[in-house]
Amino acid sequence: MSGYLILFLAAMALIVSYFGVFRASRAATPAGAVRLKQHSRPIYHGLNAAIWTAVPAFIFLLLWLMFQNSVMNQLVIASFPGAEAMDAAAKSLQMSEIRQVAAGNLFRQPTPEVAAAAEHLRSLQSTSMYLMAALTCCIAAVGAFLGFKVISPRYRARHSVETAVTVFMMFSSLVAIIITVGIVGSLVFEALHFFARVPVTEFLFGLRWEPQIAIRADQVAGQGAFGVLPVLYGTFLISAIAMLVAVPTGILSAVYLTEYAHPGFRAVVKPMLEILAGVPTVVYGFFAVLTVAPAIRDLGNAVGIPSSPNSALATGLVMGVMIIPFISSLSDDAFAAVPRAMRDGSLALGATKGETIRKVLLPAALPGIIGGVLLALSRAVGETMIVVMAAGLIAKITANPFDAVTTVTVQIVTLLIGDSEFDNPKTLAAFALGLVLFVITLCLNLIALRTVRKYREKY
Amino acid sequence: MSTIEIEAVDSQRVNWHSDEMKARRKSRYAAERRLKAYGMTAIIFALGFLAFLISSLVYTGHKAFTQTVATVSIDLSAAEIDRSNLMDANWRDIVRDALRAQVPDLTRRQERAYFDLFTSSAPFLVRDTVIKEPSRLDGTSSFTIPMSDRADQLAKGEISRDTPEDQRRISDEQIGMYDQLVSKGLISSPFNWGLFLNADSRFPELAGLAGAISGSFWSLLVCFAISFPIGIAAAIYLEEFAPKNRLTDLIEININNLAAVPSVVFGLLGLAVFLNGFGLPRSAPLVGGLVLSLMTLPTLIIVTRVSLKAVPSSIREAALGVGASKHEMIFHHVLALAMPTIMTGAIISLARALGETAPLLLIGMNAFITSPPDGIFAASTALPSQIYIWADSPERGFVSRTSAAILVLLGFLIVMNAIAIFLRQRFERRW
Repeated sequence: MSGYLILFLAAMALIVSYFGVFRASRAATPAGAVRLKQHSRPIYHGLNAAIWTAVPAFIFLLLWLMFQNSVMNQLVIASFPGAEAMDAAAKSLQMSEIRQVAAGNLFRQPTPEVAAAAEHLRSLQSTSMYLMAALTCCIAAVGAFLGFKVISPRYRARHSVETAVTVFMMFSSLVAIIITVGIVGSLVFEALHFFARVPVTEFLFGLRWEPQIAIRADQVAGQGAFGVLPVLYGTFLISAIAMLVAVPTGILSAVYLTEYAHPGFRAVVKPMLEILAGVPTVVYGFFAVLTVAPAIRDLGNAVGIPSSPNSALATGLVMGVMIIPFISSLSDDAFAAVPRAMRDGSLALGATKGETIRKVLLPAALPGIIGGVLLALSRAVGETMIVVMAAGLIAKITANPFDAVTTVTVQIVTLLIGDSEFDNPKTLAAFALGLVLFVITLCLNLIALRTVRKYREKY
Repeated sequence: MSTIEIEAVDSQRVNWHSDEMKARRKSRYAAERRLKAYGMTAIIFALGFLAFLISSLVYTGHKAFTQTVATVSIDLSAAEIDRSNLMDANWRDIVRDALRAQVPDLTRRQERAYFDLFTSSAPFLVRDTVIKEPSRLDGTSSFTIPMSDRADQLAKGEISRDTPEDQRRISDEQIGMYDQLVSKGLISSPFNWGLFLNADSRFPELAGLAGAISGSFWSLLVCFAISFPIGIAAAIYLEEFAPKNRLTDLIEININNLAAVPSVVFGLLGLAVFLNGFGLPRSAPLVGGLVLSLMTLPTLIIVTRVSLKAVPSSIREAALGVGASKHEMIFHHVLALAMPTIMTGAIISLARALGETAPLLLIGMNAFITSPPDGIFAASTALPSQIYIWADSPERGFVSRTSAAILVLLGFLIVMNAIAIFLRQRFERRW
């Protein structure tokens, strides 16, 4: 329905703009009179009329769609018998049952109250739909009338179109802030709910992570423990392995490509390295599970180290390969930013190319490289699919890289996969983990960006 | 002071041809060669890994592009079928009778093993074919029935006949029946169109990507419709209009940071705000597209700003000089000239969004859905999340299907990137 309304608005805007242009050009040349001097070209009058027609109606439609569900829920639950006695969680549970019944998904015969509420909801939904369509059309019609009426040779249509465009652009640039506020807000909001049930100190300093708690009272399950340290340990173990693979490989390949390689070789190899960054991470995850993990496990068993089928080593190795191009291209930039004179100076003193690289280029490019490494580390920490598919689920603190560890992202995904209600600590724990992840990556990014920027100003 | 140093050097003049110096030079050159070799090794390691990745995917995946099928002729004119109610005819017995005729004289126990060679959905496939072509009711016509996973694996050589019977999923007896079918010329392995035309299924032989591909399509459509206009508008404002003040600084910092926020965090945002806050439907491409658009927006803004910056100021001045307003200057000239680069960037960020999985898992686009979505509100999966689902499935047949799905995904990515590169080379201007 809303899709058709949007199409309708677009079509109406098009028609109105056409007639607007027509009317404006007619207004400019009244029959038998001298051509009047118009402030704006006819197309602007048309655009102006179209904006008047579509924009207010569209905004109204969006607002209606955003708030209709919560308003209807309020109405239905308020008239539900015994609603006063329910807490918020019970209300949302009841509401989802009513919704299911109203949508026709019957799992069992609903109670008469629920059936009545579902009927109520259905009638509200159809009323809301018709009301929405009627009001949107009305607003569009009024807008079209007003937009049409203002057309006259003296009217400054271009100015008003340009103002509208500027307002849209300003709003668009605010979207970045809105997204950040949305992320921080939703994470903090849900994490606070979590901390109301699990103390912050236990979360931050606990050494056990066992989120498998009973959802219903009659289920047999562990007590549940929410200590984030083993999860963080696993994250950093895997990231460290990844960095051990990626940092030397990335920097050395950048050295070779910038300093030694023939331009033709570089032109071929560099895009091929970039492909490694373009491969979706789910592909790496599948590859890790299918090929790398069994090989690493066999290797570990052959050496005589107890190995898990989803070892940290295999995961870290694959993740490291994924990160190589980041480090390589950022080091590339850092090398390129070192002034030619420094290189020439070193070579003129008789240093070999390799000595120049090690003693002059690397130290000069170091801040940039460190920035790149930090950015790559933040990527490794936040990487999800490889670890979800290839790393373990059980959080433990172990120094054996052949053992399985879990990571923050793995826990977030496993806690939230499938249907989840927002009232149990398991779900909320995922948001607390998300907050931890966000803060860690934010810090790493800020430090990295600052390092890179500071270094850039130097030369 | 400097004179003293020079004298000191002079006093012990270096003999560059001494053995000591020769050895020193040798070791310096050796260090040089080593560094070069390390660099080459690093590149070979990275590219070797890439080659290994792709070839192992092709190796496991190419087999899923064919499907072993049996061609069985069924005489429907003799069968008792109520022509007004084709849906409820006893298709199971009709199909089983036809199959029995191919390998006669089986005991009841053997029969069950025999039917296990064919997909268990065979009756539904025959039913749907007949409903589509009712003329088949009037006589004998041949139907292609996909073989079940185990028979398919046997035909493709994934299950070796040499393995002891208790270690493979197909018995000697079943192999014998299969060989009888082969000797009758009933078995063939045509191109597996089902991989593209079917939606997901619990049975590997019927599972396809149609649902995932159309889910990805709708998500990307939503993502593009939202992030493209907003991204360009934001970039134009920041690049051309924004005053230099605290607020715009804050916006810039925000954009740079958002570009590096882990994708799973966007999934959490989508779950908390779009699903829980606004009550949008779970697993819907609409929500997937919204989340993906939030992710692509920062990159798109950055790319657009760079390409706007690249348009030389002479263009701007010329436009303003002939009396264009600032808006006209930007929209008629600067933006038009920057458009190829912006499109390139947009396609590349859409390709990134196409491969993104983690946020889609959190908003439920990893559900088991057996029909393609018919719009942005219907529950569906996406290509990468379908890969994740299949990778998690225990059936052996899904291993090669997963690789095949990955190859399809990589194919789409290659096409999108090729379009981007083509646009860049064809339309981009160097100033």
